[in-house]
Amino acid sequence: MSFQIKEQSKKYDVCIVGSGAGGGMAAKILSEAGLKIALLEAGPDFDPANPDQMTQLKWSYESPRRGASTKYRNFGDFDMAYGGWQLEGEPYTTKDGTKFNWFRSRMLGGRTNHWGRISLRFGELDFKRKDFDGKGDNWPISYNDIAPYYDRVDKLIGVFGTKEGIFNEPDGYFLPPPKPRLHELYLKDATGKSKIPMIPSRLSILTQKVNDKRGACFFCSQCNRSCSVYGDFSSSSVLVKPSLESNNVDLYVNAMVREVLTDNNGLATGVSYIDKTDLQEYQVKAKVVVLAASAASSARILLNSKSASHPNGLANSSDHVGHYIHDSTGAGRSAIVPALMDRKRYNEDGVGGMHMYTPWWLNDEVKKKDMGFTRGYHIEYWGGMGMPSYGFGFGVENYNTMASDDSSKKAGGYGAGLKEDIRRYYGATVGFAGRGESVPQWSNYCEIDSDVVDKYGIPVLKFHYKWTDDEVNQAKHMADTFDEIIHNMGGIPTGPKPGPESNYGLKAPGEIIHEVGTTRMGNDKNTSVVNKYNQAHDVKNLFVMDGGPFVSQADKNPTWTILALAWRASDYLVDELKKMNI
Amino acid sequence: MDRRETIKALMAGSVASSFVITSCGPDESTMKNAKVGTENGEGFSTIETGAFDLDKEGHGYGRTPEEEAYDVKLLSDTFFNEHEMATIAILADIIIPADDVSGSATDAGVPEFIEFIVKDMPYHQIPVRGGLMWLDHESNKRFNKVFKDLSDQQRIDIVDDIAYPKDVKPEFTQGTKFFSHIRNLVATGFFSSKMGIEDIGYVGNTPNVWDGVPEDVLKKHNKSYDEKYMDQYIKPDQRNEIASWD
Ligand SMILES: Cc1cc2nc3c(=O)[nH]c(=O)nc-3n(C[C@H](O)[C@H](O)[C@H](O)COP(=O)(O)OP(=O)(O)OC[C@H]3O[C@@H](n4cnc5c(N)ncnc54)[C@H](O)[C@@H]3O)c2cc1C
Ligand code: SF4
Repeated sequence: MSFQIKEQSKKYDVCIVGSGAGGGMAAKILSEAGLKIALLEAGPDFDPANPDQMTQLKWSYESPRRGASTKYRNFGDFDMAYGGWQLEGEPYTTKDGTKFNWFRSRMLGGRTNHWGRISLRFGELDFKRKDFDGKGDNWPISYNDIAPYYDRVDKLIGVFGTKEGIFNEPDGYFLPPPKPRLHELYLKDATGKSKIPMIPSRLSILTQKVNDKRGACFFCSQCNRSCSVYGDFSSSSVLVKPSLESNNVDLYVNAMVREVLTDNNGLATGVSYIDKTDLQEYQVKAKVVVLAASAASSARILLNSKSASHPNGLANSSDHVGHYIHDSTGAGRSAIVPALMDRKRYNEDGVGGMHMYTPWWLNDEVKKKDMGFTRGYHIEYWGGMGMPSYGFGFGVENYNTMASDDSSKKAGGYGAGLKEDIRRYYGATVGFAGRGESVPQWSNYCEIDSDVVDKYGIPVLKFHYKWTDDEVNQAKHMADTFDEIIHNMGGIPTGPKPGPESNYGLKAPGEIIHEVGTTRMGNDKNTSVVNKYNQAHDVKNLFVMDGGPFVSQADKNPTWTILALAWRASDYLVDELKKMNI
Repeated sequence: MDRRETIKALMAGSVASSFVITSCGPDESTMKNAKVGTENGEGFSTIETGAFDLDKEGHGYGRTPEEEAYDVKLLSDTFFNEHEMATIAILADIIIPADDVSGSATDAGVPEFIEFIVKDMPYHQIPVRGGLMWLDHESNKRFNKVFKDLSDQQRIDIVDDIAYPKDVKPEFTQGTKFFSHIRNLVATGFFSSKMGIEDIGYVGNTPNVWDGVPEDVLKKHNKSYDEKYMDQYIKPDQRNEIASWD
């Protein structure tokens, strides 16, 4: 059999790689402008309303492993991510003994099918952190440049929350928030004692409808399973599906893009991809290429797109592709709250996530005092009477004496007493997750591994990532704060307080799954990969619309900003095409 | 709430366990999960209380083709022999007996769940199989019989020595480790079954309208909603009206 690269006959205006947050938004906006689009996605088609794929409202016992995780679904049997920390046949490597964990979903909609729906705007300070603490770099744009797009994203997609008027935590166009759950009321009182703010959370879940195509949330708390009435935001159901109705978009699934193709002038002409179903290589030709394969994957595609005019990889004359990759910091803690034991049972599922959270509250302090770190974090909370699944009931010996008045009670046990213990402690655990801003470093990067290819023959990424003292000290502050709140609510921490031996519980890079920054934006083509409209400095008909262009990522989860920037870049792209600049 | 934390919240009882398998992060257990059962046998083990349906597309719980094949492979292997299964059943009902709220572990299909889970998570295999051997050895030593053939009182004599990890005699540390391990599997198997979920009183997983903590509960806990937000919270009757901000 001869190996022949086949060219798709149809020519497109735009070829978009990846259908997650960034790719979905690009497909929606660009198709509405009448452009002919090829949308290439490495994973299969997915629709949360498809009964063959749906996991929403399944009971734990409908899975033989009771919802436990597998190598196919790392966050549990019902989680809507086809993928995980390792994909069969698609390795990645690390170097110099550093650690980076990379979570990939391969499916229409990417990681937006199961993401946490925490939808926060970056604030004015977040775009200019260098001005604030002298570290890292400023963005080439400011809050005012992006604000109109945040507004549009709020209205198109829907996010609940409350107007609070807190500095650097911009308000938006909100849907009504759900009332707090019982443990959240306890937390509210406890945080209040330490003057830590706690406000209604901001999640992209439809507590009220925004159009007739999507149903309102019916409070099953399972957004991570993806909502069959489209009550939460997934790129697949909210952006891609409507754009397919326009007939301007051809969706190619199971299409694994290898590289961007270029002509003699160094301009992009399309992409080549492997069709996973027949393992043949194909080409799609387009006037413009938009990469939105997620920050690290897009960097990989660029670095693999080598040619005579781009020996270094495409759009990489600055040598910056892959550098400044940065994830959020993360550390957690949990506690048993005796006041929440022996609870009355009722349905408190609520929305798929917390109803209240704590935004960063010490911008002034870190400026005034030397706290060993200058970037903030927010706190996410969990708890409540959830559906028992695999893991529930484990480790009774670690807690059944914790809040007991009976001094003869022994840790562990069996029989009717054990059953009773498990009932008593049900719903009495609360948990904390700090999510913070890290300082992006040139010395943290991903590059092409010179020795390893994946099963499609595509060279893979190698990561090099180390936290600095800023992140470690911030994690220490998180640990102290969590214990203070636990103390305030009369809780008993589960397990010892993390200390220096574990970097105060700081998770390994990558584990918060907010990796961004690999193709950062800037005005100087020597120190950035794309301009302030996500357009490659070196290749004017090439755009990156995922988290790659982030200069820094605030303590706020990245997706709302990816969406707003992708919309803004798409508007710019349409404009440039009209002006014949591209 | 962050996805990772949601999972942990669902497993609220699992905190701080020494070998807890939380789904947060690339923990060893998840990654090592690639190999399946070591022994081949005939027939499918079934999980009585389970509702997955091998004849259905997606096995009735949204499996991908790869996942379907993996389930079928696991279900077509047999790990425990009859003697082991019988011993597991006895232990399971000692750990979770019937009481006036619900039935026992075997009523809820726990032994079948354990047979499945050790094939799905092979790192359970040696501790559980070896633990069962330890138990028979100990029974033989004390009473000249395997555990299964002991009287109720004799079984409890041994169990009492291994059920309390913080009050354990040096000669029973391994037995205690095993008991904690099997207690985890039995407890989780029971409380994630239909019977166990009803027992624990989880009443969600169904469409509803969340309108806050019930009044009597608020009162009992001496909590109230912040007046400032009362106007802003979801209005159940307006959820299906299309939002507008202009
Ligand atoms: C458990 C979890 C919880 C999260 N919670 C939140 C949260 O609460 N708030 C928040 O803001 N963010 C959250 N995130 C992060 C969020 O999911 C990402 O920021 C977002 O999905 C990124 O969008 P993206 O378009 O860049 O990439 P993705 O969503 O990853 O989509 C990329 C797509 O490109 C495809 N692709 C990759 N390579 C190729 C290729 N070579 N060829 C073709 N297609 C390719 C992939 O298959 C995928 O579908 C969470 C993530 C996880 C995993
Ligand atoms: S919590 Fe609401 S939006 Fe989320 S999956 Fe359930 S019904 Fe859908």
